[in-house]
Parts: sequence; C-alpha cells; structure tokens
Amino acid sequence: MSTSRRPRLNIGAVRSSFAPWADPSLEPLVRFEGVTKRFGNETAVNDVSLSIYESEFFALLGPSGCGKTTLMRLLAGFETPDAGRITLAGEDLAGRSPHQRPVNMMFQSYALFPHLSVEQNIAFGLKQQGTPKGQIADRVTEMLALVRLEGLARRKPHQLSGGQRQRVALARAIAPNPKMLLLDEPLAALDKKLREETQFELIALQQRLGMTFLIVTHDQEEAMVTADRIAVMREGHIVQIGRPAEVYETPNSRYVADFIGDVNLFEGAVTAADGKRVTLATPDCPVGFEALEDDRLAVGSTAWLGVRPEKIQLHLDPPKEGPNRMAGKVADYGYLGDWTTYVVELESGRTVRAARANASRLVARPIACDDLCWLTFAPDAAVVLTR
Amino acid sequence: MKGRPRTGLAALAPFLWLGVFFLFPFLLVAKLSLSDTALAMPPYAPRVDWSAGWAGVRAFFAALDFETYARLTRDSLYIASYLSSLMFAAVATGILLVIGYPIAYGMSRFAASTRQALLMAVILPFWTSFLIRVYAWIAVLKPEGLLNTFLSQFGLPELNLLNTDTAVYIGLVYAYLPFMVLPLYAVLEKQDQSLLEAAADLGCTRTQAFWRVTFPLSLPGVGAGALLCFIPMVGEFVIPDLLGGSGTLMLGKTIWTEFFANRDWPAASAVAIAMLATLVIPIVLYQRQQTKMIEAGR
Repeated sequence: MSTSRRPRLNIGAVRSSFAPWADPSLEPLVRFEGVTKRFGNETAVNDVSLSIYESEFFALLGPSGCGKTTLMRLLAGFETPDAGRITLAGEDLAGRSPHQRPVNMMFQSYALFPHLSVEQNIAFGLKQQGTPKGQIADRVTEMLALVRLEGLARRKPHQLSGGQRQRVALARAIAPNPKMLLLDEPLAALDKKLREETQFELIALQQRLGMTFLIVTHDQEEAMVTADRIAVMREGHIVQIGRPAEVYETPNSRYVADFIGDVNLFEGAVTAADGKRVTLATPDCPVGFEALEDDRLAVGSTAWLGVRPEKIQLHLDPPKEGPNRMAGKVADYGYLGDWTTYVVELESGRTVRAARANASRLVARPIACDDLCWLTFAPDAAVVLTR
Repeated sequence: MKGRPRTGLAALAPFLWLGVFFLFPFLLVAKLSLSDTALAMPPYAPRVDWSAGWAGVRAFFAALDFETYARLTRDSLYIASYLSSLMFAAVATGILLVIGYPIAYGMSRFAASTRQALLMAVILPFWTSFLIRVYAWIAVLKPEGLLNTFLSQFGLPELNLLNTDTAVYIGLVYAYLPFMVLPLYAVLEKQDQSLLEAAADLGCTRTQAFWRVTFPLSLPGVGAGALLCFIPMVGEFVIPDLLGGSGTLMLGKTIWTEFFANRDWPAASAVAIAMLATLVIPIVLYQRQQTKMIEAGR
C-alpha cells in the first residue's frame, strides 16, 4: 500500500515516440465511422468518426451531457447506434451484444457484485469464459497483486474503502484480458489526493499491460495526465483530437481553449497577416496584439487571441514599449500556495487573469489590490482562434 | 429533566401493549394447557381458590401438570394434523414462490409510474374482507359454480374441487400471494441495474446474469416472503374450514374442534402452544433475516 509508488519514467519523453495515429500503414484497433445515436429528440452522439490504436491510452473529454459516455456505451454494446458502424480489430460489432464483445468496462459506480467476495468478483468474467479452476485461481492472485489487494481476497465489497473498491473494479475488468479496457469516470468518486495517485497508477498499469485503455472523463487534468491522445467533445461532436500538449497549447477553437485550462480570450480585428505573424487591433490593448500564426487571415476579419494566465507576465514597473502590452490595476488575487492568480482590470474595463509562480517565500514588494501594473506576453505565447 | 419521565413512559407504551394483548393472553393459554378438563363452567380445573389465600395459590400450582401434552403425543390425530399442517404450509410456500417471483420480477422491470399502479393492484384485494374473499372462492369452486359453468361452455368435464385439499391450496396461494410478492418486489426493485450491465460486460447472457446476480441478490426477499407466508399458513383456520373437506387436517381446525366441539380447552391450548413451539425456529429465522436486511439497506 505504498503511496509514493509512481512510475520512474518521464511520461512525456517515453510516450513521445509513441504515435501510431501518425502511421497510415497501421490499422486502428477501434474505428467509429459516422456513428450517430439519438435518444428521442436528443442527439447524444452526432456523426462521430474516430480511430483508437493498439496500446493507446485514449481519453474522451467533455462536460456532462456531451455524449462521451454514450460513445463508450456504444462500444461496449449497451447502446446500438442509429447510424454508422463501429469496428474492433477489423470486425464489425453490429448485432453483437455486450457479452459477446471482447471489451470490458469499469463502471463509474464500480458495479461490484455485493454478494460476492473480492476474489469472486475478479473471477466472475473468467468463470464466464469457462477458464479452468486452477487457472482462475492463478489469474485472481495475479490480479490481486497487480492492484495491491493481496490481503483482502475474502472481503465483501461493503467492507472495503472507496479506493479499494475502485481497484477491485479495475482488476475485475482486466482479469478476462480484454482487447480493450473502458473506464467510465474511473476516479470521479475518489478524493483529490487519491485521485492524483491513482492517475499515475493507471498509467503505470496501462504501460505494463500494454492494453488499450479508453477513459471517459469530465476532468481535464485527469485526461491530460493519463492519455496519449484526447478527444474533446461538445454536444455530441468531437471538436478536437490531439496529444494533451497539442490540445492545450494549440486549441482549434475558443471552446477547446476555454474547456481545457484557464484562458483569457481577446476579440480583435485582423490588421495584418503575413503568413508568419498576425496582428490584431483591439480596444483591450491600444498598441495592438501580435501573435505567431502561419494562416493568412483576411484583413478586417474577426479573430480571437487566447492567452493562458501562466503565459502572461505581470510587471509593477512599466516594461519596454512593444506589442501585447496592457496597463491596468490589480482588482483581486488568489493565493494558491504554489501559484498566485491575479485578476487585473484593464483600462478598457475588462479583466484579465495572470498567474505567477511563487518562486520564493519572501518578496521585497508584494502585490496588492489597486496596484497599478502592466501585463505583457510573448507573441509565441498566444494562440489565434477564428471560431 | 422534566421531559425525561414522559419519554420513559412513551418507550414503555409498546411493552405495555405487548404485555396486555400478547403476553397476558399467552400466559392464560399456557396455564390452560397445563390444566385438566372438568365438567364445570368454565370447563377446566384447577382454579385458584382465592379465599384460601397463599395456600390456595400453592394448591393451584401443585395441580398443574403436563398430562395434556402427554396426551398429544399418544393420539396420532394430533401428530397427523401437525405434519399435515406443515405439509400444507410448505407446499403452498413453494407454489407461492414459483408464482410470486415472476410477478415481483415483472413488476420491478416496469417504469416507475407503472410500478405504482401494479403495486396498487397487488394491495387492492386487502380492501375487501378476507372472509368475503374466501367465500367468493366457494362460489367459484362449488359444483355448479363459476369454474364449472366456464368449463361446461367448452364441453370440458366438470371439476369437483370444493371441499378438497386442492381447494385449500388454491385458497392459501390466493390469500397469501401479496405477502410473497411484496418482500420479493422490495428487493428486486432496489437492485442496481448497472450490476446487470456489469454481468453482461463480463460475458453473461441475460439468463446467466439472472442466475448469477439477480437471483442470489434477491435471496433475502425469498427468505422473508417464504417465512412471512409459511408461519401464518401453519395455523390457518378459515381457509381449510371453508374450502377444505372433512378429511383436511390442519392445526387451526383441530384447535377449533377441541375448543368448541369437544369443549376440551386444555387440549386446544396445548395444541396451540405446541404449534407455537414448532414455529419459534422459523420466526427467529425471519427476525434475523429482517435485521440483516435493514442493516444491509443502510
């Protein structure tokens, strides 16, 4: 039960070489093709096409009601699509009921069988497959070790803590060795500390098993930490698919920029676009904005600039002249320990959020409310959005 | 401090109720069972001679004996009616389970609004007197009754069911069905549907999921329903009396005969006490089951 057991590897570095989606010769493990699912008048999933590759850790991210859970349930077989098709390992899943599909799901409520002990829960799927008794026992022992529940084999679910139950649910879903593991909000019921630990455990587990994981979550941090790729969903559509860093640093819409992390969005009119840089005129910044952007946007068109709070510098003394320079006064701030977030009211009246790392414990001149200040950001810190 | 004696009294109230209406009558019956028959009014002896004071009370206790119980074991009629009652109750409980489970299961699968209406339909017969409902069965089962009229319409042979054991089973199953359906429905309705999805996900067909998940999880309801029906059915009187024949042996009838026909109050009391003794085990089981269910529900 050690709490400090984190993978001794740099996830970003190791997984950066893993990009099967970039290899056109590879056949995806799962393919959604124009899948639509309606409930009455409501379209839960709207013409979704998506490929998930072998050994990938894929996240479906979006607010509640965006269709992410429905998409997962379509794959598990609990719902049937109204249009489109889903294939698994090249095989069309249409007409195959849940018990015939080689995927296993870890339910948000865990759905552990209350009348069965931990080991009987884990053995449930194996027994159903007709695995010989001896092999079941071996596999259950292996699973208990994998999720570190060795001493609790005989317990009933109601005798376990929330975290332990979560791990039984995980072990039960992995035990039959499915082609793919579906995790529906697997960490939602855990408290913050345990959730963070479990995120890293999930990554370690997924890498050890080499199994394909599909996680559904509304928690952007959970998706960012665990997944190789994230699909951001909105109202039944997928709005963007990419690596966590891509989705965070190069969102393709205001919706994605706003949903993932904190962002300041400035509306402006394009004054120039030379294929390298874009300049914008906006009432929020009299000197104008400048950002790196290779799209040649039409002069005069409306565009938005998205700047993350941590990419905005806050100065108490006037910085040197240049673009992306705004003056204002501190309206509010929130001290978070590691970071302090400042809310700055610009001369135009709108407020901007800027975050500063608290690099040292003591500062000569603390920033207080109503202090005059200047905000700047580098042209490569901002992202230009057209929708 | 002022409120305390009042709450103490409130806590005593149920015990007082049980004492007056349950324990005291029980002790009376127990005392009767230890007495002997006598040609007197009331028809038993001994009676306490209060005028003799303490000596009279002692003489009374000295005269009590277990003779009547010994008589029960000697007379095969009593033993036969015991076994027959247990048999009736056990078979009827089995039939009730087979009929009641699908009804409760079906009810629990409907939408919440429909379930309320169905539940109402199960409870509705209680609005009519039990006696009238049993009499209604006489009208159905008698030789020129509804059943035979219906059968003769289709040219089928007549059935003479009234005053047979079959009629008693029909009456028992009919009268006790709600007591079987309601506890079963209570557990089935509470069941988490995601458990069935989990079972399907792990490779179960619907039938397999029923036997591996739904049924084992409904066992507390099966136990509660079975005991709730079995215990009162052992002592059932009205149904065997009105629907059964002269050959139908059940404890309720035996007690009635002893009490009213034979005027043997001690024998009637002894049969009643002995019946209670045999039912103590299922009653305790039922109580434990209930406590467990309440604890599990928390």
